[in-house]
Amino acid sequence: MLKGRHLIDPSDFTREEFRELFDLAHKVVKNPEHFKKSCEGKILATLFYEPSTRTRFSFEAAMLRLGGSIIGFSEPNSSSVSKGESISDTIRTIECYADIAVMRHPKEGAPRVASQWLTSMPLINAGDGGHQHPTQTLTDILTVELLKGNVENRVYGFCGDLKFGRTVHSFIKFLSKYKGIKLILISPEELRVPEYIREEIIKKNNIECIEADKMEPYMGEMDFLYMTRVQRERFFNEEDYIRLRDRFILDKEKMKYAGPETYILHPLPRVNEISIEVDEDPRAQYFQQAKNGMYVRMALILKLLGIY
Amino acid sequence: MLQITSIEKGIVIDHIPGGFGMKLFHYLKLDKADYTVALIINAFSQKMGRKDIIKINNVIDLDVNFLGLINPDITINIIENGAIVKKLQLTVPERVVNVIQCKNPRCVTSIESYADHVFHLVDPAKRSYRCDYCDDIVIPHTV
Repeated sequence: MLKGRHLIDPSDFTREEFRELFDLAHKVVKNPEHFKKSCEGKILATLFYEPSTRTRFSFEAAMLRLGGSIIGFSEPNSSSVSKGESISDTIRTIECYADIAVMRHPKEGAPRVASQWLTSMPLINAGDGGHQHPTQTLTDILTVELLKGNVENRVYGFCGDLKFGRTVHSFIKFLSKYKGIKLILISPEELRVPEYIREEIIKKNNIECIEADKMEPYMGEMDFLYMTRVQRERFFNEEDYIRLRDRFILDKEKMKYAGPETYILHPLPRVNEISIEVDEDPRAQYFQQAKNGMYVRMALILKLLGIY
Repeated sequence: MLQITSIEKGIVIDHIPGGFGMKLFHYLKLDKADYTVALIINAFSQKMGRKDIIKINNVIDLDVNFLGLINPDITINIIENGAIVKKLQLTVPERVVNVIQCKNPRCVTSIESYADHVFHLVDPAKRSYRCDYCDDIVIPHTV
């Protein structure tokens, strides 16, 4: 039962609960029209303390396609946050007006703190700093299921900024619930996965894992290559960002090393880590992935509101 | 040899790892005490080589979580009429609240003053802890 629950971290739901959610997401993909009045009279609040295109728009589009309404802010300067209001005061105020809320925040753990003050309104983490981004993982997993049928017994490559890449952290945390997962983690030394992901998730769950600094030797065996952007906003030092940003660029030449069914995913936005010529390759699935994000968020809203 | 007389009624905190005695002394606010206290630094110990000891000639509330974080081998002796009447056994705490602070500048606790600093034990052997909010791992006794 997901009614009234928060989704802050992939470990908040069991594997069975995720299954329930994805089963509904597949129904939404097949017939989104069927759900167009499901959320009539319901209000979604979007609290974006950090810029967003896909996540915010896909949540808003999801709620509108379900027949609901939206309130919120897309940058903190247009709310009382700019007057120094605390997260706890803001979220308790929002609970007076909305049925469900989505929060993105630059500080890690902000949605968890917010959720502790709520009495009945479900809260969804839409990305907290370099920490977690569980609804991007829902998007990624729905895409995996639509392309390959299931998640288990597959090789997943992750490339780029694995240290601050919150989408990577959530994805790996989710995959740790499944059997036969092999991870190939490609990044510069400075941007490797955080210690808690390596020690508590990968090692504790005995997940087969290779850490490398080149993608070509491993691309042939991957079912998915998940590219990520080196994020300027996570660096305190501009020089470090400039030094690391162009380290891994996936282009047409490198795609020759990929298998015929090695799909390329990316949470977007990209800067230059996937060259535009790759977009034409049928294995490039990142724009379809963005569309799937709306469908799976429709399913999530329906589940947390207890409508389905 | 330096002589420090025994206390009549109070607490002796023994087997404090060398160098932590002063920190503990300040954490327990013993520098502001209006009763007799003694901080012994670099005392000889067969087991530890060097150790620190604190003797408190008064009965005070002790934060055993904090002491367990520093080192679960610290011993606490309760003294009455000049004799040990009770020995407290410390454990490495599973969860600590507002004892240590998260040092991750990206953690929400750096801006949200209402949020408690909550950590969970990750590895009892290393005595490492994970922040409940940002998942950053710290080893408090090395900080």
